[in-house]
Amino acid sequence: MPWTREEMAERAALELKDGFYVNLGIGIPTLVANFVPSDIEVVLQSENGMLGIGPFPYDDDVDPDLINAGKQTVTALPTSSFFSSADSFAMIRGGHIDLAILGAMEVAANGDLANWTVPGKMIKGMGGAMDLVAGVQRVVVVMSHADKAGNPKIVESCSLPLTGIAVVDAIVSDYGRFTLDRNARSLRIDELADGIDLETVRAHTGITVLAG
Amino acid sequence: MAKRKIFSDAETALAGVCFDGMTIMSGGFGLSGNPEHLIAGLLASGVKDLTVISNNCGADGFGLWTLLNNGQIRKMVSSYIGENKLFAELYLAGKLELELNPQGTLAERIRAGGAGIPAFYTKTGVGTVVAEGKPVEEFDGALHVRESWLRADLSIVKAWKADPEGNLVYRKTARNFNPNMATAGKVTIAEVEEIVPAGSLDPDHIHTPGIYVNRIIQGPSYEKRIEFRTVRPREEEPA
Repeated sequence: MPWTREEMAERAALELKDGFYVNLGIGIPTLVANFVPSDIEVVLQSENGMLGIGPFPYDDDVDPDLINAGKQTVTALPTSSFFSSADSFAMIRGGHIDLAILGAMEVAANGDLANWTVPGKMIKGMGGAMDLVAGVQRVVVVMSHADKAGNPKIVESCSLPLTGIAVVDAIVSDYGRFTLDRNARSLRIDELADGIDLETVRAHTGITVLAG
Repeated sequence: MAKRKIFSDAETALAGVCFDGMTIMSGGFGLSGNPEHLIAGLLASGVKDLTVISNNCGADGFGLWTLLNNGQIRKMVSSYIGENKLFAELYLAGKLELELNPQGTLAERIRAGGAGIPAFYTKTGVGTVVAEGKPVEEFDGALHVRESWLRADLSIVKAWKADPEGNLVYRKTARNFNPNMATAGKVTIAEVEEIVPAGSLDPDHIHTPGIYVNRIIQGPSYEKRIEFRTVRPREEEPA
């Protein structure tokens, strides 16, 4: 069985290390916060201007002045800090954030990432995604392995407009956990979901797949 | 202390600074930290052909959406305009110009504008549509693209508290673009929830020094609409 959203988030949480400053994207990446191992501490950054994101508030503690980058209401922790957008992106672009976990529409063999627009179909804007992939030390993508028609989303080169060039380090999909070797242009299997084998992965991947 | 910076309401604060075709920066991230009353004042003034620099463009019936709906905006400079049906319709119909910037590039362009720095280089956007037509240069082995400053005829910002000098303090994540935009307007008008007497704010805790703020109003009340209200249940009390 391919992994569920929660199982993908749980596997992506294996990327977290004690002391990391981490930015989580919208969607499945946000769920990673629920799976931080109890023996480590990480600080979550929200690009709208906050370090130290707490859990969602109780119903009577909701504060419209306290939201995450997905515009969801959140809480602060005893060690949280707030800052301006320029300061927030100075952290991101200055290389001070250890890890970003983001969604994707396409990833190329060399690590190119496309995740912000589908020309003619979706006009939303890139938000902070281009800054994050350019500035953060390590970029991990969480996404479904293939599109709804079964076509690969990990491809030789992206057909969609890029978010960044040669930026992706690892991928967690519903099929498993993978390391992208950008120089060798290949995908190495680190872990597979139960019932998913090498042949299934190869059939739905557009680049070389190597057994772990 | 002279109260020359304090105005009674948005209409009087905006008097004499608005003209058709002007460029306006408007603070806020999503619907958080929006200058609600000054936007309403711009709506009432009818000023048009506006270029508006703001991370987003409001939401159904709230914030900058109201200016869009009233046909006052010619061009938006933003990083994210999702969840805004009217924006998509106007843009696809060719009735609205849009310049999308990466959010960090947008923030830094505004910061640079306020600091008198006409251009800077960043890795963000290299190899993407964002870098098309812009100079690219190598620094320490990596390519960087040149981005230019942003400045505005008017910046409207929302803070929590102001003193009569215009020193501002923001609250939580409602700070966002507001302090950066406050520095980059030829005229900056701040609206706050409370104007406090001189001496009430600790000088060590000022976020925006008053030099950047020309006019201040105290908003009568704030809607502070929430886009996504997410909560968790209270833990059950042990029986």
